[in-house]
Amino acid sequence: MAYEPPKQSLAGQIFDVVTLLVLTIGALYIPLYLGLAGAAKVPNPIANPTWESLGQNATEQQQWAALGITDPAAANDIITARFDYSFSWSSLIIMAVLVIGYFVMVVRLSDREYREVIEERFGTKRR
Amino acid sequence: MENVTSTAAGAERLRLARVLGPAHVWALGVGIVLVGEYMGWNFSVGKGGMIAGLMACWVAGLLYTCVAMIDSEVTSTVAAAGGQYAQAKHIVGPLMAFNVGLFLVMAYTMLEAANAITVGFLLDTVAGMQGQAGLNQQPFIVLSIMFLAWLNYRGVLATLTFNLVITAIAFIAIIALFVSVQLGASAVPLDFSAITSDPLPYGWVGIVASLHFGLWYYLGIEGTCQAAEEVRSPARSLPYGTMAGIMTLLIAATMTWYICSGLIPWEYLGQAGTPLFDAARITGNTGLMVLLFVGTAFATLASANGCINDASRAWFSMSRDRYLPSWFGAVHPVYRTPYRAIVFLVPIALIFALGAPLDQVVTFSILSGLLGYTFMTFNMVMFRNKWPLDKIKRGYVHPFHPLPTIVLLILCSTAYFAVFLGYGTQLSAMMCFYIVASLWFHFRRYKFVRRGDQFTMPWPKPNGY
Repeated sequence: MAYEPPKQSLAGQIFDVVTLLVLTIGALYIPLYLGLAGAAKVPNPIANPTWESLGQNATEQQQWAALGITDPAAANDIITARFDYSFSWSSLIIMAVLVIGYFVMVVRLSDREYREVIEERFGTKRR
Repeated sequence: MENVTSTAAGAERLRLARVLGPAHVWALGVGIVLVGEYMGWNFSVGKGGMIAGLMACWVAGLLYTCVAMIDSEVTSTVAAAGGQYAQAKHIVGPLMAFNVGLFLVMAYTMLEAANAITVGFLLDTVAGMQGQAGLNQQPFIVLSIMFLAWLNYRGVLATLTFNLVITAIAFIAIIALFVSVQLGASAVPLDFSAITSDPLPYGWVGIVASLHFGLWYYLGIEGTCQAAEEVRSPARSLPYGTMAGIMTLLIAATMTWYICSGLIPWEYLGQAGTPLFDAARITGNTGLMVLLFVGTAFATLASANGCINDASRAWFSMSRDRYLPSWFGAVHPVYRTPYRAIVFLVPIALIFALGAPLDQVVTFSILSGLLGYTFMTFNMVMFRNKWPLDKIKRGYVHPFHPLPTIVLLILCSTAYFAVFLGYGTQLSAMMCFYIVASLWFHFRRYKFVRRGDQFTMPWPKPNGY
């Protein structure tokens, strides 16, 4: 006898969609909205900047001017901003465990479900 | 098997129309991805410098060549709507398929949001050049998404024919800029002195870090197989369209890096919203500015258009299989499109387009894509193990197996580390999202799924089961 799933009510369908929406917005959008996530690119502006002190040659100065930036002070933050790539090994290991653990979990649980699929499709439960 | 589609009403069991040829497949793939040359890729220069940006372009090209090779073999055999989703369903299992479906939906919806943000930014830039600074971008963002959703609602053939035309124009614009600058059309010369004066501002770690946004050059090329159920000859058209697409993009990406890195100071380029349009501005040539404005607008619209197409197909496929409420699995009785899925995803795209920064939205899209590419590695191995070459006939067999799989896995691992450098919080948020969603599916949603219906291909029983 093939597995016969229960019929889902309209309310149940709406509940499932709302769950996914809350999960999407809660996990992905809220951290952005609260400013918890973000690139660690920080400007390190220098005092009294000139194009030369900012390391820009004559051609690059022309390029900045063509982009509408003629004052080196206006380009100070852009030119001096840098990412901070320092990290702790423990956070890297946690991240690796999270990614690998996720795939292991999904593949193992999938395999359990897949055996039911194959059994029904090819086995004695075939309709 | 009766009632295969498992949808409620008879009208909802309509099939999608088989109307697409290889050119449409190419347009769908390149159309989604070409925007990667017009925006987003340049953040790789910001993460590692000019040289790192070029290396990221080529290394990511290698990653996507592996993706295209693997995907072409599996897709030419599993020719069903949903692409990788249908592959996962037949090869790994329902939970993996649910995750892959979510990867696709999130990657394309975030890409769609990024495209809409770029449209708003582009118009704001042009308004500023005309002395009308401070343009409200939000109406244009909303309008872009709503118009393209409507176009998708009306029919896939019109949608992808529209994409074919505007993608071709956007691609020609890149070539025109490249050729014109080479012929001296720019008032400001190309300058690559930063390669020697500031070659690696972050050292070697910057090269690894830049791979994060290097993926953006090509992200979405795997979308070609989303339309498998609507292609006239999937076994021929899908590999041909996909491989032609990746070659087109490799050429366009290299030309884009060359022109932008030569015309724009790398510090500005690393945070620019519309780098190719900025390069055209620097040339001082009005014709090129207009052309690249049109190219940027068309590339973003073509990409968003393809994204709506692909995300809705993935959502539709999951709903049809009851991985999601089956109400979404309906086909429009007149236009024969998954219209409920199309409409439902519009507000999600809008939330992120209106409320999140471009680089964050791009990162979410990249991460979902990256998870999908990681899936492809073990999916390919399982496919060959469960059904060896002599067991089922493939439309296309990729050479050198398992070398592309191994290379892809190494590059994916490197890309995770690249995202971790600077965007670790997003990586954590994304992984938590998928872990919770997986548990929700396995323990709550799976009971509504018909087991036997999850395997519809006319294949023999897999080895090992």
